[in-house]
Amino acid sequence: MDRIKTEELTGAQILIRCLQAEGVEVVFGYPGGAVLWIYDELFKQDKVRHVLVRHEQGAAHAADGYSRSSRKVGVCLVTSGPGLTNAVTGIATAYMDSIPMIIISGQVPTHAIGEDAFQECDTVGITRPCVKHNFLVRDVKDLAMTMKKAFHIATTGRPGPVLIDIPKDVTTHSCEFQYPETVSMRSYNPVKKGHAGQIKKAMQLLQQAERPMVYTGGGIVLSNAAAQLKDLIKRTGFPITHTLMGLGAYPATDDQFLGMLGMHGTYEANMAMQHCDVLLAIGARFDDRVIGNPAHFAQNPRKIIHIDIDPSSISKRVKVDVPIVGNIPDVLDEFLVQLRDKNPQNISAWWKQIGEWRGKDCLKYDRQSKIIKPQFVLEKLYEVTGGDAFITSDVGQHQMWAAQFYKFEQPRRWINSGGLGTMGFGLPAAMGVQMANPGATVACVTGESSIQMCLQELSTCKQYRLPIKIINLNNKYMGMVRQWQQFFHGNRYSESYMDALPDFVKLAEGYGHSGLLIDKPADVEPALRETFKRKSDLVFLDFITDQGENVYPMIPGGKGITEMILSEDL
Amino acid sequence: MRHIISILVENEAGALSRISNMFSARGYNIESLTVAPTEDASMSRLTVVTKGSDEVIEKITKQLNKLVEVVKVVDLSEAEHMERELMLIKLRAGPKEREDVKRMADIFRGRVIDVSDNTYTIELTGDGAKLDAFIQALDQSAILETVRTGACGIGRGNRILRA
Repeated sequence: MDRIKTEELTGAQILIRCLQAEGVEVVFGYPGGAVLWIYDELFKQDKVRHVLVRHEQGAAHAADGYSRSSRKVGVCLVTSGPGLTNAVTGIATAYMDSIPMIIISGQVPTHAIGEDAFQECDTVGITRPCVKHNFLVRDVKDLAMTMKKAFHIATTGRPGPVLIDIPKDVTTHSCEFQYPETVSMRSYNPVKKGHAGQIKKAMQLLQQAERPMVYTGGGIVLSNAAAQLKDLIKRTGFPITHTLMGLGAYPATDDQFLGMLGMHGTYEANMAMQHCDVLLAIGARFDDRVIGNPAHFAQNPRKIIHIDIDPSSISKRVKVDVPIVGNIPDVLDEFLVQLRDKNPQNISAWWKQIGEWRGKDCLKYDRQSKIIKPQFVLEKLYEVTGGDAFITSDVGQHQMWAAQFYKFEQPRRWINSGGLGTMGFGLPAAMGVQMANPGATVACVTGESSIQMCLQELSTCKQYRLPIKIINLNNKYMGMVRQWQQFFHGNRYSESYMDALPDFVKLAEGYGHSGLLIDKPADVEPALRETFKRKSDLVFLDFITDQGENVYPMIPGGKGITEMILSEDL
Repeated sequence: MRHIISILVENEAGALSRISNMFSARGYNIESLTVAPTEDASMSRLTVVTKGSDEVIEKITKQLNKLVEVVKVVDLSEAEHMERELMLIKLRAGPKEREDVKRMADIFRGRVIDVSDNTYTIELTGDGAKLDAFIQALDQSAILETVRTGACGIGRGNRILRA
C-alpha cells in the first residue's frame, strides 16, 4: 500500500503552507514578538504577499475590504496583546456585516498563558462575541485541521470572521504536515436548499400580490446572487429596494429600482415598504436603521416572505409569514424554475402609486448654491467615474450621500461599514479593495473626521503604490452628529465641531502623495476629471463643503418608516 | 414562561463560555445552568433553565443552534419530560434539633450524608419546587449553608436527544 507522503514541518511553516493551499495571495499584517517565526517563514517564500499596515485596525479593515470587493477571503495577521486588541474594531466590523475573513493572531507561549505574560491578552475571550468562531491552537498537530475548519466556517453558511490564536511555541514545534482535503463537523452543517413547500407557498403569495415589493440586503451580494435577482425582478416586473449593504445587487439606474430604503432611504422605497401587500425580503434583516419602529411597521398587515441562510435572522424583529432558510442563489433558482411559463400579474395601479411617490423628488438639493454641496460632489464623482468605480466610505453623512447619489450597477462595488458603523474604515478598506482589484478605479468617500481615524495608512498606500482617490467632504463637523444635534438637541453642537484641522493637502504631500483643495462648485468636476486621469497616484481631494447641509429624507430614531423628514419640511 | 433547554455541545475549551456569553450579550435570562460530559466524552450536555415568551425562546434556540460548537438543542418543556435538581444543605443540628431535622429529611426523602457535633448535611433530590418546599419547611435560622446544582432534565419515553 502506498503511504501518503507527508513532511515534518514547524508550526510557522505549516501555517504558511495552509494559506498557500487555501489560495491566499495577500495577507495584511503587522509583526511582533509572538509572530516572529511566522514572519520568518513569510520572508522565505513568495507565494503569499504581505502588506505591512501602520496600525492593526488597518490590517483588519484592509482584509475586510479585500474580501468584500472580491469573492476571496481576506486574511490578516497580528501579534499578541495590543496587536490583537487594535484589530478588534476591524473584526467586529466584519462580523456585523457577515464578511468572510481569517484573523491569525500570535499568542504568548502555551506555558505562559494565564500568567499575565508580556503582551498577553485573552484573545479568544476578547473576540468571542465578535467572530463567527475562534480557536486557540495548543498543539501543532491540530494546526492544519484548525486552519481547514477556519476557512470552511468563514466561507460557508452565513459568512463571518474566524480567528485562530497561535501561541509562539506552537509556531516552533514541528509535526508531520498534510493539508486535509475535506472537513466534516457534526455540529456545523449549514443548509443550502430551501424547503420546497415553503417556496411553493411563497410563489402563491407573490403571484396573488397586488402591491408586491422586493427588499434585499447584503445577503444577495455575499452569496453572489445578483444574476438570479435580476432575472427574478425582470421576470416579475416587481419594484425593488436595497438596504445600505445591498446596493449594487440590482442596477441602480433601472426603473424598477426605487433606491435605498431606511433611515436615509428614498421616500418611494419607504412608502412602498409600508404599503405593499406582499413583501419579499432576501438576505436582509429588518434592522432598526431599515424599518424604524417595528410596531409602526407592523401596523400594515402585509404578508412577509423572508429568505435567509441564517435562521436566527428570521422573525427576529419582524414576524415573518413564510420563512425560507437556504442559500439565496439556490432558493432563487428554484423560484425562477417555478416562474417559468407563468405570466406576471398586472400591477400597473401599484406602479402608478409608486410613480406619485417618486414625484416627491426626495433627494433634491440646492443646485444653485455658491458653496459646494456634498451631494453635488457625489453626483459628479458618479459621472466622472462612469459609475464603474469601487467606492469605499467611512461613516456619517458622506456615507449616506454616497449611498444615495452614486448609482451602483454591480455588486461588490460599494464597500462600507453598515452594521457596526466604523469611522476609519474607508481608507484601509480601500487598500484591500485595490489589492484585490489591481488596476481598478478605487475611491474612498470620507469626511474630515472619519479620515483622521486611520490616517496613518496613507503611508501604507505609498509603500504599495495604491492609487486610491480620497474624496474628503470637509464640513469641519462630525456632520451626522451635528445633524442629530440640530434636529433633536436644540442646536447644541456639543463637541461635534472639528477644530484645529490639519492642512490635508500638505498632509497628503507629507506622506508622498498629492493633494488638492477645492472650495468652489465650478472646480468640482475639473478637479475630479484631472484626478481620475492619474491612474497611478493617490490623490487627496479636500472638498470644502456646506457646513449646514443635512441628509434627507430622514426617519428620526424610533419613528415609523413613513414618518420621514423631507428637506421641504424645514 | 419557564423553559428547560437541553444542549449537546462539543466538549471543547470555551464552549460553555460561548453559550453563557450569548445569553448575556443578547439580554436573555439564565435561571440555572448545569453542564457535564456525556457517555461520549467528546460531548457535554448542558441544561439551561430560562424564562421568556414563546418568541424569546425561539430566538434563544436559534441563537444556540447558530453557535458552531453546538450539536443539538431541544426545548424539553415542549413535551413530557422529567427534571431533577440536587441540593446539599447544612443545618444546625445540636442534640435538641437532631431528631426534628432527621424526621423532616425523611419526609422529603433526603439523606444525611455528613454529621458533626452540631451540624447535619442533607442531600436532597427532586424538582426545584420540592427543594424549595423543603427549605420552607425548615426552621430558617437553622440553615447554615445551601448549595443547589440547578435543574437537569430528560425527555420521557422514546424522546431521545443524541448527536
